[in-house]
Formats: sequence, structure tokens, C-alpha cells
Amino acid sequence: MSTGWTLFIVIITAINVVGATWLMWASSRRAPGEKAPGAETTGHTWDGDLAEYNNPLPRWWLWLFYGSVVFSLAYLVLFPGLGSWKGTLGWTQEGQWQKEVEAAELAAAPMFERFSRMSFAELGADADAMRVARNLYANHCAMCHGSDARGAIGFPNLTNADWQWGGTEDAVYATIAYGRIGAMPPWGEVLGPDGVEEVVAYTLTLSGQQAPADLAAAGEARFQMICSACHGLDGKGMQVVGGPNLTDDVWIYGGGADMIRYAVLNGRQNQMPAQLDALGEQRVRLLTAYVLTLAPPQPAAEPAASPVESTADEGEAEATAGVAADAAE
Amino acid sequence: MNHEKIEKNVGLLGVLTAVAISFGGLAEIVPLYFSGQVTEPAPGVEPYTALQLEGRDIYIREGCYTCHSQMIRPFRSETERYGHYSLAGESVYDRPFQFGSKRTGPDLARVGGRYSDEWHRLHLINPRDLVPESNMPGFPWLDERVLDGKITPKKMQTLRTLGVPYTDEQIAAATDEVAGRTEMQALIAYLQGLGIASKTWN
Repeated sequence: MSTGWTLFIVIITAINVVGATWLMWASSRRAPGEKAPGAETTGHTWDGDLAEYNNPLPRWWLWLFYGSVVFSLAYLVLFPGLGSWKGTLGWTQEGQWQKEVEAAELAAAPMFERFSRMSFAELGADADAMRVARNLYANHCAMCHGSDARGAIGFPNLTNADWQWGGTEDAVYATIAYGRIGAMPPWGEVLGPDGVEEVVAYTLTLSGQQAPADLAAAGEARFQMICSACHGLDGKGMQVVGGPNLTDDVWIYGGGADMIRYAVLNGRQNQMPAQLDALGEQRVRLLTAYVLTLAPPQPAAEPAASPVESTADEGEAEATAGVAADAAE
Repeated sequence: MNHEKIEKNVGLLGVLTAVAISFGGLAEIVPLYFSGQVTEPAPGVEPYTALQLEGRDIYIREGCYTCHSQMIRPFRSETERYGHYSLAGESVYDRPFQFGSKRTGPDLARVGGRYSDEWHRLHLINPRDLVPESNMPGFPWLDERVLDGKITPKKMQTLRTLGVPYTDEQIAAATDEVAGRTEMQALIAYLQGLGIASKTWN
């Protein structure tokens, strides 16, 4: 702030403080010829004989006002109130926040240090870690995946064994940290009205639902040609590209003919926002461990491996996990 | 008693009252009009696009500010939940600003990028489809009403008069950018741009 404005503030503040002090002093002393307290009334009479004394403020009250003047002077010396004057305490809003954050981080540091040495499986079994993770989940994840983690239309259920992008530790970590973009293009114009109906019919049969046999048969070829790129030749999905499994009863947007038709015609676009910048690695690890505890236990074919071991052959490991999860269902 | 003179003279009482209550404003508010910290944009802050501007007007029309603030205060409890505290320079293109004073819903100062566009669409149509505990009303009509963008250039010109640096090209292209979009798309464009200028939100 410029010197001019600082001067402006200082002058106004000084006038204010001096003026207020003078006002108190001037109005509290008795003017020459004024009657003593208890002698003069305001001149009004109520109910025949009720009058009001015109007395000055009680002394103790007046001294409180003088006290507030002293307080304001001390405050203006200690804290930044007068333009560019920083105050002798060096207090700032940002500094107070910084201190608050640093104190909290210092208090939590041993805990996070302990967490950083633990594997995802150990974190999932640790009461402290899961208590922190539950709060993080409620704050950052529940809006889409639900406070019960069962998801909503368009947002995956996290409590089943079905993983759109893979259910390994690394895959879940990557999903949370870097986000995912699920984009199914619209196929209405490519397939034409008949083609859409055929594909819808075939898709219904994949999950064991009723559909006209002739339409479904015609749809199979179209499915193999177009849809299999993401959903796989067998319709069991491809976790590498986030193509959902169409052969089970888990549906992100609903598995009825209407919802499938809508998806084929118009496509689907949704996104899991990346959380790494907002939360940092430690918290994303905690959330990964938490999300993994929400799903039913992995079958024996996929033992809870340490993060280091499972980095090898990620795609293959994911594919295996996906198939294993399907088998478990 | 001296105060008798003031109390028995309404004109004098009025003048002195005005002087007394002006002191705070003169010292605390007036210098801010001339302080770069509150009049210049924070790094990365850009004027709203035409579509965002229309979305902002819908935000105001629907009274979103009555339940949502856009002001993250420098308290740890707030920055943990919402991200980095709000900076004065982030609101320089907000006329009027949308700080709000009541949080029935969460603060929205840094809601940009937090959720997907699809999430906002579904949530605005019926919040309980996604958040069963929510008491926010639904705004399903936003998805049906289409904007024509006819007065968008005028809005931008008015803002330019007030100091928002819109270029002639931006104003000329405004109608095309807005026309045919739904109010839902405009509002989502506005929401997705909130608070994303600073990458340091944590």
C-alpha cells in the first residue's frame, strides 16, 4: 500500500481515536452551572409523577470506553491496521493459516510416515489408516460414488467385484491419482436404426436377457466389428481401455433395453477427476487401500501382492484379475 | 449536558451520525479501491467466456448464491475441504462478486474440475439421484431451455466498460458461442471454470 494511502488511513484513524476520546471526556464532565447528578431531570413526566434523571454515564462504564481506546492503540501497534504498518507481532492471515497447516501436518507426520511404509493390504487392515481414509472418502469420493460406495447411475459401485479399469492395487491407485475418462462414441448414425436394434438385441443376450433371436443373431456380427474394440470379442470388457463387461448384471448406466439403446445411439461420456494434485500421494494411497477393502475379497488366484511385485505385466495382471473377478461373480 | 444540543437537533444528529459511521468505511474500504491486490487479476485468471458469462447469469437467476458461497477462508478446516483459500484477485471479473454469506450447500469457489460435466448435469436435474442425502432442489428445466445469445455481446460490452478486457473479436463471436446451447451447458461451463486458475489448490 502506498505511503499516501497509509497516511490517509493513519490520519482518519487518529482523528477517530482522538475524537472519540474527546467526546467521552467532554460529555462526561459537568458544564459550568450544570446541576449535580441526581438534581436535574429531563423535564418529562409520565403517569403523573414519574420523571427521568438526566445523569451522566456511570463511571465504571465510562472507564470501559477509555479502556477500549487503550486497547485500540495497543492493537494498532501490535497488528497490521494502519496501512502498510505490519505490526510488531508480524501477524498475517496467511501466516496464521500456514501455522495451522504446519502444526496439523507435524502432528500427522508420524502417522503418515508409518502409513508410507505399509503395503495396501496392511493399510486396509490398519484401523488408523482406514479412519483417515473414510473421512477422505466422505469428503472427496462420496459425491459420485455415494456415501455407501454403491455408486449411482453413471458412477460405478465400488462394493462389488466388478472393475471397469482394473481392480489391482496399481490400477485402483492410477484411477484415483490420475483420473479416468470413459468415452463411448455415439453409434446411431453408423449403425442406422435397424443396426442399433440388432446390436441392442445382441447385447441383451450377452447378459442372458430376452431378445428376439433373429435380431440378436444379426447383431453379433456388428458387435464383433464395432463394439468388440472396447468391450472385447466375448463382451466381457477390456479394463485397459475401460470398456465395461456386458455379460454380467453390473451396469453403470442401467442394463435394460432402453438404457442400452440410449448408449448405442448417443454414446456415453463421463470422467473420474484426477485427485493426485488435490490430495497428494499419501492420501491417494490411503484411499486406494480403502476402496480395495470395499470390494469383496479377491479370489485365491489373485493374492494381495505388494505394489512392487504387481507392477510387472500390469495389463496382463489386470486382465487376469478381471476374468477372475468375473468368475467369482 | 452537551449531548442535549445534539439530541434535540435532528439535522445535527444526522450529520454527526453519518460522519461517525463513515470513518470505518473511509479507512477500511476506500483504500482498497486503489490497491492492486484487489483490482488486478491473480495470475492465470481470465475473463469469463461468453458461455460461462451466460452460465454465471443463470447461477444468479436461480439464486445459487443463497445456499452456496464462493469464498474459501484461510482456515485449515476450509482449505482441507475446498482447496487453497480464495484470493482477492480471483474475483476481479465478478460483477457483482458471488462470495455469498451462507453455506447450506458447500462452497463452490474451486468446484471447477472437481466433478465431471455429466455429474453436474445429472446432479442439477435431480441431486438425489447422485447424493441421496442432498437437500438441494433440482433444476431440470435448465436442460430444456436453449439460449439464443442475442444479448450476450451487450453484456460483454457493458463489462468492458467496467474494465473487463474483452476484445472486439470475443464480443463479435459471443452470440455464435452461446446460441443453441442449453442453460445447463452454460451453467456447467461456468461451474467448471471456477477457481481453476491457480494450480496450487491443495
